[in-house]
Amino acid sequence: METVNTQDITVNDLPWKIEYKTDRCTMCGSCVAACTFQAIMPAVERRSVTVSTGHRPEPSQRHSAVLMIKQQNSIENACTGCGMCEKICPNQAIKPVRNPDSRFSLLARKGGSPIKRGGRTSLNSGRTLDNIIVGRISQMTDPALDSERHTFDILAPFGRVLMPHELPLSSVNGTLNLTAKLPPVNWIYPIIFSDMSIGALSTRAWEAIAMATAYLNEKHNMPVRMSSGEGGMPVKLLESEQLKYMILQIASGHFGWNRIVKAIPKMKVDPAGILIKIGQGAKPGDGGLLPAAKVADHVQAIRGVPKADLMSPPNHQGLYSIEESVQKMFLSMNAAFKFRVPVAIKCAASATSVSVYNNLLRDPYRICGGFFIDGIQGGTGAANEISLDHTGHPVVSKTRECYLSAVKQGRQGQIPLWAGGGIGLTGNAAADAFKVICLGANGVFLGKILIQLLGCVGNEHGRCNACNTGKCPAGICTQDPRLVERLDIDKGAQNIVEYMLALDSELRKLMAPIGNSSLPVGRSDALVTTDQAIAEKLAIQYVC
Amino acid sequence: MCRIGAIKSKEFFHPSAALHLMLPQQEGHDNSGFAMVMQDLAGVFSKHKDKPLLSLACTQKGAKLVEDYMEANDFRQLAEWIPRGVKNVKLDIKAMPYYIFRNYDYPEYYRDASEEAKGELLLDTRLALRELLEKQDQGYVYSFWPDVLTLKEIGDPWDIATYFKLWDNNGDLMAKNVVVQCRQNTNYDIVRYAAHPFFLQGYTLCANGENTFYTKNKEYQKSLHRGYIGFESDSQNFLYTLHYVLQELKWPIKYYKHVITPLPFNELSSRSDGAELRAIRQSLGSLEINGPNTVIGMLPNGSIMTCCDSKKLRPVVVGGDDTMVAIASEVCGLNAILPHRNQELDVYPNEREVVIINDALEVERWKQ
Repeated sequence: METVNTQDITVNDLPWKIEYKTDRCTMCGSCVAACTFQAIMPAVERRSVTVSTGHRPEPSQRHSAVLMIKQQNSIENACTGCGMCEKICPNQAIKPVRNPDSRFSLLARKGGSPIKRGGRTSLNSGRTLDNIIVGRISQMTDPALDSERHTFDILAPFGRVLMPHELPLSSVNGTLNLTAKLPPVNWIYPIIFSDMSIGALSTRAWEAIAMATAYLNEKHNMPVRMSSGEGGMPVKLLESEQLKYMILQIASGHFGWNRIVKAIPKMKVDPAGILIKIGQGAKPGDGGLLPAAKVADHVQAIRGVPKADLMSPPNHQGLYSIEESVQKMFLSMNAAFKFRVPVAIKCAASATSVSVYNNLLRDPYRICGGFFIDGIQGGTGAANEISLDHTGHPVVSKTRECYLSAVKQGRQGQIPLWAGGGIGLTGNAAADAFKVICLGANGVFLGKILIQLLGCVGNEHGRCNACNTGKCPAGICTQDPRLVERLDIDKGAQNIVEYMLALDSELRKLMAPIGNSSLPVGRSDALVTTDQAIAEKLAIQYVC
Repeated sequence: MCRIGAIKSKEFFHPSAALHLMLPQQEGHDNSGFAMVMQDLAGVFSKHKDKPLLSLACTQKGAKLVEDYMEANDFRQLAEWIPRGVKNVKLDIKAMPYYIFRNYDYPEYYRDASEEAKGELLLDTRLALRELLEKQDQGYVYSFWPDVLTLKEIGDPWDIATYFKLWDNNGDLMAKNVVVQCRQNTNYDIVRYAAHPFFLQGYTLCANGENTFYTKNKEYQKSLHRGYIGFESDSQNFLYTLHYVLQELKWPIKYYKHVITPLPFNELSSRSDGAELRAIRQSLGSLEINGPNTVIGMLPNGSIMTCCDSKKLRPVVVGGDDTMVAIASEVCGLNAILPHRNQELDVYPNEREVVIINDALEVERWKQ
């Protein structure tokens, strides 16, 4: 019996195995050059070959050294399944294949360090929204609208809305006049490009999304807003007209705010809003994490930090309580922009979301201009896998609960509800958005689908998700200039613009048959489900 | 489909005019019921125009329950009209045993109360009676308000009129304003409370259409006012919003249209009152209506108004002469009761228009 060192890591222990066909390979080397994880290397293999060269079969066996492509058998260089080798191979000689017998999760906590990765949860991929159908279609009693010919008002509020009786209106000669200033409210497209920072994203990826945002606004009259993500943004943009399309994010690390505050006197226009991030659906309870590998020179400059792992604390630090510090932040943000810019808050969905929402609704200062709930299916650029897969809360029922809680108090619509985390997970963001809006959200925010439109190949089945490594093969979640070059900004922006134009048409295609020309916020009667538990939980009609 | 109508006259007229207004439109409605609210009455109730008039349909037990309640709460009966239905003729009507229209004097301690306080008392009393009758399934109370009478029943409008002897003009029942409708709820259960017109504290409303924001409206209205109950029909939303805007917020009537069918945002930005309209749209977004609709409303002062949804998917026409103006879903209704009017002066309100007729029969129209 031969001795085997069973502790050795072999390719069969890794999550992906390279399927390589020597007979198709020309040894051009493209795959090796394309693999950012150095998961494959050129190698020489000793082969036993049977040859017969004479007129008659005279088989003889000989050994030869053959050049080939070999998968690395190490955890550090494990193949992520990104498929760049397959994409670049001119001969279809190589591709990654998922390994069902992977022992990766047992081996990857090397050095006592938790597994980290990017992407979304892989364990909680159930889709409530796919069990919901838009089932109340206008037929005879009320005619459906025409999605092509009728006009539709597809806008959502970002800002604090007052109760009707709180409006400072006085009637003079049959006309109402405002006698005091209202809290600022911006009516924007019901889909916000969610907060992905410069740092998490490459400059090109961030720029592509910013370009798409500006293009949608200026060429297609779609008032889409983009959230900066934590970490600030280029001063040039802060001082430009296009700042009005941006929502500035402040998170617990307060990265980038020094620059923003210094730029305030030079701002030509106000930003669309401020978003205070308390938590993130993908990793609730964990702060932001930007590994040192991605803290390139420009990131250091924007954030004012040295090259090191940048870890935002799990919550905003306050002397007394988190509520107090958030309150202070709300007030100072409102004051900084002279009460012209709405300030909203983003929390990870949680069993406590309704309490938080009630707290904000009942706040006598009326300072909260939006409640963003981020569900467990939200994406992240870097997180501990244990947080990604085992913490969080689905966003659909939580959004509904918050809405119904507001309904109970007659306060629906006062603090706009924005839902995110898994919107567009199957590629159909319009349907997802529409259903969540019918359940009570004013709008949705999406992030992952945007980078997918830029070329991200990560998915919920363990493919790639190496956003944390700085080795993103698509040039999206990396600061390595050679990799960033891979991303064509214009093409990426165009993909996003085209997707959004299609999404806008698709939203109309859903609004028209239910006979609505403005967004059906809270129109739960438009939805039905074939799942009894969902019907009960969301208070919508069960059908079979 | 549904057809709605209203008549406003300088002279008292008999409710058969309302039937003549509606019957030519019967191809559009389904003859499943008849309901009207009369305001500014003459005849039996002419002596007590300032005293509340209770309109209800009930069983014998229900009548007793109401009597006991009113007595216990110090309402004193003044006048009454109890129609004796025509029996022994085969009529298409689902009649209730009793129809009671009764004037009461206010309880003594309310006689010097403000109009507002009286209005609240009348609403509370109607709600209490409704609950009382509903709990034991003994009847329906439609309105309790000075100078307002509501009659509703299920069946063929012609037969209902025969049953109540509405074809015979004996002078008992006359009014200057009537809002009328000839159809029971065919979308959902046939419930008497679901039949238009609806009434609340001096506001009467009927609507023709489908309010696709019913759930949204209902969820919001439920917490706005104790009188916003029932929701047996999606058209009650229109009444409650009318009441809320005019009675609760005390806004001028032109803002009603801005609440139910707000202007698109891009139009708001180009208007001088854009900031106010935007604030209204923002704060009252849950009261916006969608879907095809026409509304006819009657206000406490007797004015009658009409407007449509923002896409004008349901028609309405207003026409009249020096003594009478009528509103109907179809012009054939106007032709039946006002054949000699100048048809060129008929008004077909558009999707942004509001038409209101005051006591002098002046027709005011404006665009929102």
